[in-house]
Amino acid sequence: MSVVTEARAPQIQETVLDRVRRMIGANPSVLPTIASVVIFVGMIVFGEVAYGRIVQANTLSNLLINNAHLIVLAVALTFVILTGGIDLSVGSIIALSSVAGVMLSNAGWNAIAVIVAMIGIGSLFGVISGVLIRYFGVQPFIATLAMMFLGRGLASLLSTKPERLGEDSPIRWIGVQLKIVDGPKVNDLVITPAVLIAVIVVAVAFFVLHRTRTGRTVYAIGGSESSALLMGLPVHRTKVLVYVISGSLAGLAAVLYTARLGTAQNITGIGWELDAIAAAVIGGTVLTGAYGYVLGSVIGALVLGLMNVLITRDGGIPPEMTTIITGGILLVFVLLQRAVTRKRE
Amino acid sequence: MTAAAGTSFWRDLIHKPFFWGIVAIVALLALNVLKDPTYLALTINPNNGNLVGNLIDILRQAAPVMMIAIGMSLVIATGGIDLSVGSLMAVSGAVAMEFLSAAGDSGSVGAALGAIGLALVITGILGAVNGILVAYVGLQPFIATLVLMLAGRGIAKVITGGQNTTASNDPFRWIANGFVIGIPVVFILAVLLVLIVGWVVRKSALGLMIEAIGINPRASRMAGIKPKGLLLTTYILSGILAGIAGIMSVGTVMTVDISRTGYQLELDAILAVVIGGASLAGGKFSLSGAFVGALLIATLDKTVLYLGISSSATPAFKAIVIVALCLLQSERVRSWFRRRRQAPPVEQLTAKEEVTA
Repeated sequence: MSVVTEARAPQIQETVLDRVRRMIGANPSVLPTIASVVIFVGMIVFGEVAYGRIVQANTLSNLLINNAHLIVLAVALTFVILTGGIDLSVGSIIALSSVAGVMLSNAGWNAIAVIVAMIGIGSLFGVISGVLIRYFGVQPFIATLAMMFLGRGLASLLSTKPERLGEDSPIRWIGVQLKIVDGPKVNDLVITPAVLIAVIVVAVAFFVLHRTRTGRTVYAIGGSESSALLMGLPVHRTKVLVYVISGSLAGLAAVLYTARLGTAQNITGIGWELDAIAAAVIGGTVLTGAYGYVLGSVIGALVLGLMNVLITRDGGIPPEMTTIITGGILLVFVLLQRAVTRKRE
Repeated sequence: MTAAAGTSFWRDLIHKPFFWGIVAIVALLALNVLKDPTYLALTINPNNGNLVGNLIDILRQAAPVMMIAIGMSLVIATGGIDLSVGSLMAVSGAVAMEFLSAAGDSGSVGAALGAIGLALVITGILGAVNGILVAYVGLQPFIATLVLMLAGRGIAKVITGGQNTTASNDPFRWIANGFVIGIPVVFILAVLLVLIVGWVVRKSALGLMIEAIGINPRASRMAGIKPKGLLLTTYILSGILAGIAGIMSVGTVMTVDISRTGYQLELDAILAVVIGGASLAGGKFSLSGAFVGALLIATLDKTVLYLGISSSATPAFKAIVIVALCLLQSERVRSWFRRRRQAPPVEQLTAKEEVTA
C-alpha cells in the first residue's frame, strides 16, 4: 500500500503543474490572476525577510480586519467590470451612507433599521446609475461619476464634521474583535463579525457568478453584449442589476467600515474607487469585461492591504507615495492585461 | 424685411449650442437679484480704478474652468476623456509654489516666468503620458487618465513634501489678482487663450481632423489622418491648459492646497463641455459653448454660496445638472419628444387605415 501512495505522490504534483499550464494555455486571461497570487506570496516572503513579524497570526488577522470593507468593494467592482462597465461612485456612497447611518443611529433608530437604511442608500444609487446607463445610454463612467459627486455633495449637506457613533450602539458589535486562538503575548488569531460578513459576501458572489444564470449572463454581457442579447439572455435586467449589486455592496462596506472606526465623515472614502478598481484589476479582472474571478479580486484587495502594511513597516517611504504606488501598480497590471488580450486578438 | 431678419436672428440664437447655457446664467442671476436687488451693481474702486462687483468675481472664478473646459472639449471631441485635469492643476500649483518659495525674490519677473514655464512643462509631460497611454498603448481613455487623476495628487504631495506651500511673488500674483483697464487679468488671459485655441483649430484643418477621429477613428485613418499623433497633441494640450488653470487658481491666494486645489474640477470641465452642446460620445466640439458653460458653472458656484449652502455641497447640484443634460442628450428622451411632435399625424394615419379597412 505504502509503495503505491509513494508512487502516486509525484504524479499528483505533476498533474497540478500540468493543470496550471493547461489553464494558461487554454485561457491566457488567467495569467494576471496567477501573477497576483505570485505577487501576494512574494510580498509576504519579502516582508517576512526584510521586516519580520509578517507571517504571524495577529498581522494576518489585522490584514483581514482592516481590509474587510475593501474586499467587499473589490467584489462589487468585479461584478460591474465583468460586464465591461465601471462604478466610480462606491467611495462617495460609503461617505453618504456612513454619515447618514451614524446620524440615524444617534437619532435613536434601531440598529437593524440603520443597517438596512445604509445598504438601501447604496442600492438606490445603484438603481439610478443602472437606469441611466441601461435605459438612457449614458456611458457608465459618466453616470457613476455624476453619482460620485452627488453622493459626496449630499454627504456634505448632511454634515461636514466627523460624526461619532454612540459608544453603546449595537452596530459597533460588527467591529468587535473576537479571539479565536489565544496565542503568546499579542499574537492572537482575531476575527471580527465584519470579516465573517466579507467572507460570506465573497462566497455568495463566487456562487452567483459561477453557478447561476445571472452570473453567467454577467460574463456573457462582458464578452459581447449583442451576442448575449441575440441568445435571449436577460441583458437589460442584468445590466441594471450589476450596478444595484455594486451600490448595495458599497452600502454594506460602509456598515463594516463605520462599525470598525466608530466615526463617519463626508470625506470618508475619497479615492477608494481607485483602490477597489485596482484590487479587481490586480486580481485579474480585465477592464474590458468578461475575464476575471471574484477570488482574484480578494487577492488583489489583500495585495493592496499588505502593501500598506509594508510601507508602514518600512518607514522610509513617505505615506503620500501610497497613491502613486497604487496608481503605478494599477497601470502595470492594465498594461499586462492589454498585452495579454492583444495577443488573443 | 427687418422683422424677418430679426426672427431668423433669434432662431439662429436658439439653435446655437450654448443658448440654454445663457438662459440658465440669466435665470441664476435673476435668482440672485431677487434675493439682493443690488447684486448686479458694479462699482469702481476709487483708489485704483478697478471694477468691483459680483459679476467681476464670477468672471474671475470662471477663468480656470474655461482653461480646463477648452482642453476637455478637444479631448472629448476625439471620443476620449481626461479625468486628470484637476490633479494636474494641483501638480502645476505645487511646482510653481515650490519654485517661487525656493527663488525667494518676491519682485522678480524672471522667477515668475520660470515658475510658470516649469509648471507648464511638467503638466505637458504628464499630459503626454496620458496621450501615449491612450494613443500608442491603446488603453481606454478614462482608465489611462484615472490613474493620473489619483496618482497626480500624490505627485503634488511629493513635490511639496506633504505641505501646503506658500510663496510670495508680485508678478505671479498679478496674473490672478491684477487688473488691466478695470478688468481682471485672469479673465482677459482666459479669453485670449480661448480665442487663440479657437482660431488655430477652426482656421486650420486641425479641428475637423479632431472631430473626424471622434466620429470614426478607422475611417479617419483611411482618409489620411494620423490619429495617434493628433491624440497625443490633444492630451498634451489638455495637460498644459490644466497647468495654466492651476497657476490661475493658486495665484489668487499664493498657496497650493494639495488636497483642495483643482479638487473635483474634472467634473466642472466635463459639465462645461456638455452644457456647451458637445456630445460625450465625441465627434464635435464648440469652444464658445464650453466658454458659456464655464461661465454658467462659476455663476452656479457663486449662487449656491450666496444662498447660504455649504460650498462642499455644490457637487451635488452639478451632478444633478449633468444627469439632466445627459438625459436630454439620450436617444430615448429625444425619441419621446419626437413622438410627441409626430403624434397627431400618426393618429390620423391609423384612423384612415381603419376607415379603408
